[in-house]
Amino acid sequence: MATDRSDARVELGKRGEEAAAAYLERLGYQIVDRNWRTKVGEIDIVALDGETLVLCEVKTRRSRRTGTPEDAVSATKQRRIARLAEAYLTSAGISGCPVRFDVIGLLVLAEDRALLRHHRAAFVLGD
Amino acid sequence: MQATVDTATLHGVEALPVEVQADVAPGLPVFSIVGLGDAAVHEARDRVRSALRSSGFDFPNARVVINLAPAPLRKHGTGFDLPIALAILLATRQVATRALGAAAVVGELGLDGSVRAVPGMLAHAVSAARMSVPLVGPPEAASLMAVVTGLDYRPLGHVGDLRNGALHPAPGTDARPPAVGLEPDLADVVAQHAARRALEVAAAGGHNILLVGPPGSGKTMLARRLPGVLPPLDPLEVLEAALVHSVAGLDERSVLAGVRPFRAPHHSCSLAGLVGGGSPPRPGEASLSHHGVLFLDEFPEFAPSALQALRQPLEDGCVTLVRADGRVRYPARFALATAMNPCPCGFLGDAEKQCLCTPDMVRRYMGRIGGPLMDRIDIRVRVDRLPSGRILDSGPSESSAVVRERVRAAREFAAHRPAPEDQSVSLSAAFMLRPAARETIVSLANLGALSGRAVTRMVRVARTIADLAGSEFVEEEHAFEAATYRLAEETP
Repeated sequence: MATDRSDARVELGKRGEEAAAAYLERLGYQIVDRNWRTKVGEIDIVALDGETLVLCEVKTRRSRRTGTPEDAVSATKQRRIARLAEAYLTSAGISGCPVRFDVIGLLVLAEDRALLRHHRAAFVLGD
Repeated sequence: MQATVDTATLHGVEALPVEVQADVAPGLPVFSIVGLGDAAVHEARDRVRSALRSSGFDFPNARVVINLAPAPLRKHGTGFDLPIALAILLATRQVATRALGAAAVVGELGLDGSVRAVPGMLAHAVSAARMSVPLVGPPEAASLMAVVTGLDYRPLGHVGDLRNGALHPAPGTDARPPAVGLEPDLADVVAQHAARRALEVAAAGGHNILLVGPPGSGKTMLARRLPGVLPPLDPLEVLEAALVHSVAGLDERSVLAGVRPFRAPHHSCSLAGLVGGGSPPRPGEASLSHHGVLFLDEFPEFAPSALQALRQPLEDGCVTLVRADGRVRYPARFALATAMNPCPCGFLGDAEKQCLCTPDMVRRYMGRIGGPLMDRIDIRVRVDRLPSGRILDSGPSESSAVVRERVRAAREFAAHRPAPEDQSVSLSAAFMLRPAARETIVSLANLGALSGRAVTRMVRVARTIADLAGSEFVEEEHAFEAATYRLAEETP
């Protein structure tokens, strides 16, 4: 039962990320990496928007009961994403290019439709 | 890309120069502020980001590091918002360097990009004038800036206005703010000749005064009229007093109009509230009374620790707060006016009502003030209740304007005799004591077992009385009057 539920959640997240990637490609972004993972976590989508490297976190929800999907990207999560970003830049050997953190929130309305919200430069890290 | 903008942070009544350095480099989008800023400085991040966006500028999608130099100096307040925003705009070439020139910048930002005033605008102005650089700040402070001579003030109402090119000096507004409200007048005080006279002497010499009397006899009424008989502030005093009000974030308009400060803190006032303190340090009531009057009603009811802390400002004319990260000095040269009941029940020595206190209760009540502080109060005077008939039937008494004129004349007379600070002559020679006056003081001092300080202060009061009389020498009668003020309420 527990496994069923978490399977369903993983499935939902995967479908959300597919949809988000497709959306970014339609915008003309070049997808560089998907689900780049380390022990501490993963970056859902890495894409290039012109010269800017976009690190994108995708959140998918079925209902708004716990707030909008993008609300889930808390300050703690932002810091975690930042650490991942540094790790990614190091491993990919990228330096000196502008970087942006985007968040894409998907609210699933029906089996085949969802509301997508794209936050460009969703956050800036503090000290 | 880097850029710097000059600003300042408050330390006491001074604004110490601080350089805001911005470094905008490619990399992860980070916005950090380093350089020992307090919580308000760190909150600038969100205000600056929103203000730049709503003013139509871009917040750089890059690594933005702000350093506030010198880094070891603690910085507080919201005045860094505007300089930080400008440093970012300069570093990202969204605003040309020549738009700002060498100007210092201070101001808080609203989320819409509007520029707001911060406490201590006057201190920033003085600092900029001293360094001969223009000051950029909120337009609402422009009229205040007129009192600082040699300052080139350039108001900036909105961050978006920077797109319109160079900033221009404020149009000349030398109209001084008018005096607000009416001072209570001595004409309202019926009779009380002794107390009125004591008030006049205190005003002429800047002496500390204690009014003792039963409840409702008019002590507070008299004390509130003390600032009204003092001569108006001179320009230097205006600036000094206004500076303290400015850094405390209080309205400085009445001070700027030349009205002497009158502060009457409630007796529940804490030590920090009375002499200053807190973190970041704020001036206390003693400093807010600088060049004015600090009135402590119900004198013995104040916390003993707060009262004893007044001894330093009474002696040195300033308050020094020592903190782990340095010392802060606030000016506090005020005339102390105090009022109290003669005993806990209030009716000791009253003509009609019987006092219910035991001698021990009275002694403890007086003891709360303590000898060293009492020693610094030169004029003690009894204020008695008047028969109701006299209060209802008397016409207006002598007005404050008449008394003020005598006070002014006495101060002018005092300014033209040899300064008592001249160390080369003896005290009695410097104060021009007649031998008879000297004898009177010596014998009265022996009678009351007065301290050296008390004798000196008594001589000063005698000198003031002679000045009021326009007498070059201190005569015996002047010495007698001065002694009466000191000995009168020594042990009621």
